[in-house]
Amino acid sequence: MPQTIKDRTAIVGIAQTRFGKGLEDSELSLACQAIAAALDDAGIAPQEVDGLVAFSMEDGREVEVARNLGLGGVTFFGQVGYGGGAGCGTVGHAALAVASGQCEVAVAWRARKRADKGSRPWAQTASRIDTPWQWSRPWGLLRPVDEIAMLTRRYMHQYGATRDHLANVAIAFRKHANRNPLATMHEKPLTREQYMSARWVSEPLCLFDNCLETDGALAVVIVSAERARDLRQPPVYIHSYAQGIPPQHQTMTAYFGEDPLEGPSHTCAKRLWANSDIRPGDIKVAQIYDAFSPLIPLSLEGYGFCKRGEGAAYTENGALEWPHGRLPTNTAGGGMSEAYVHGFNLIVEGVRQMRGTSTSQVDGATSCLVTSGEGVPTSALVLRS
Amino acid sequence: MAASGFVLPGLEDPAARPFWAGTSRGELLIQTCADCGTMRMPPRPMCFACRSIHVSWTKASGRGRVWSFVVSHPPLLPAYAEFAPYNVIVVELEENPTLRLVGNLVESADGPINAVDPATIQIGEPVRVVFAQIEDVALPRWVRADGAG
Repeated sequence: MPQTIKDRTAIVGIAQTRFGKGLEDSELSLACQAIAAALDDAGIAPQEVDGLVAFSMEDGREVEVARNLGLGGVTFFGQVGYGGGAGCGTVGHAALAVASGQCEVAVAWRARKRADKGSRPWAQTASRIDTPWQWSRPWGLLRPVDEIAMLTRRYMHQYGATRDHLANVAIAFRKHANRNPLATMHEKPLTREQYMSARWVSEPLCLFDNCLETDGALAVVIVSAERARDLRQPPVYIHSYAQGIPPQHQTMTAYFGEDPLEGPSHTCAKRLWANSDIRPGDIKVAQIYDAFSPLIPLSLEGYGFCKRGEGAAYTENGALEWPHGRLPTNTAGGGMSEAYVHGFNLIVEGVRQMRGTSTSQVDGATSCLVTSGEGVPTSALVLRS
Repeated sequence: MAASGFVLPGLEDPAARPFWAGTSRGELLIQTCADCGTMRMPPRPMCFACRSIHVSWTKASGRGRVWSFVVSHPPLLPAYAEFAPYNVIVVELEENPTLRLVGNLVESADGPINAVDPATIQIGEPVRVVFAQIEDVALPRWVRADGAG
């Protein structure tokens, strides 16, 4: 039996910049500000950082980040791909590197400027493509929302899910954002009537099934469990971590395999729980990647909170809502109502829950599932206090 | 050739080139392993069943069923926004329902992608392939199997 990284590393620093639209700072600047603040939170000097893990889509590369922050020698660096699927992966790679002695203080982060319409990747599609997108975009399936809407319609057809179920997701996360003063949608309640009368974006998905578009950055600091005991903040242990590419997967347009609704979360979950002493039934709070509302039922199924086809019904009776739901989810508002920074805000909120500092703190929660994007090669973490 | 504003295949992916050559001849071709006979879609260099890189191409009947669909609304790229709201469908092919293709449900081969009333589209309904010429590409699209096409 190989030795796993279970509880051998911890997140000891977290930080975020302000979230907004049209922020003046570059992505590199935002990244450096978030990392500097996370190191402050941990009480660790930048000169001690010797590990860096970035998103492959990040503008500010490791070498730029190291130079700006005045890091000493960096002995481990790398990137994780696939956009929203990468977040927990960057933390996991950092944990692997620390646990195996490749570095001692690792930082993972995400900085993004998405609020500017021109910055949206789909709007920059070339007129001629030889990538796998040639099998979807020519017919007008142009945006991530179209790609996920296709899976959603099939899911609704196959399992009887309804728009009311998707509204359950959007409304739960908005309620949490309304409790979080730093959330983009802090002051904007969302009613079921507003949801049902919102404009379509890609039927069956409406405006409120979509995440926000946000400028901002977040960062976390990872060290060994031994080092974590002597630092400023209570350690939040990385109990388990996994990534997932399911068989015959195609990023975002996974319509071509045997069973397109058995997505990346199913593959990721097998390894995540195999390496975990904590079971889905032990988890009292979750941060689940929500670029689009239907990813929640799909992920609830993938990570074993219910059976295939039961994810939509799981959302009924306020199940995702703080404080009385059976699984309060995205307790800071998530990508749909706090900020959309490729899901990195979900990791930071998972840490706050384990520290006991969330604005929607779940009583008695000693572990938290955090997931990255469903529909793309993905990753997930089980954190514990 | 006038630029259509549509996103089109570059026709330079060696694995895909025979597919697009086929559509230009009015044929829907399924990439097929020359060694073990496994069909795959979309085209790619290697057979996932036997690791062969040798391929042949099977002419499909051109019949299938709607597996799922969306109706896209703006914001969209300008050439597509002109037709919005329009449908995009995924079709499962008659030869093997796990062989699927993205397309549009249209009234006729060269008709617009917004001609079919989206409220009438049904998952499972039978469709038949047609080919729409856009610049130098023949894009497979679909008409209702009982339609005139």
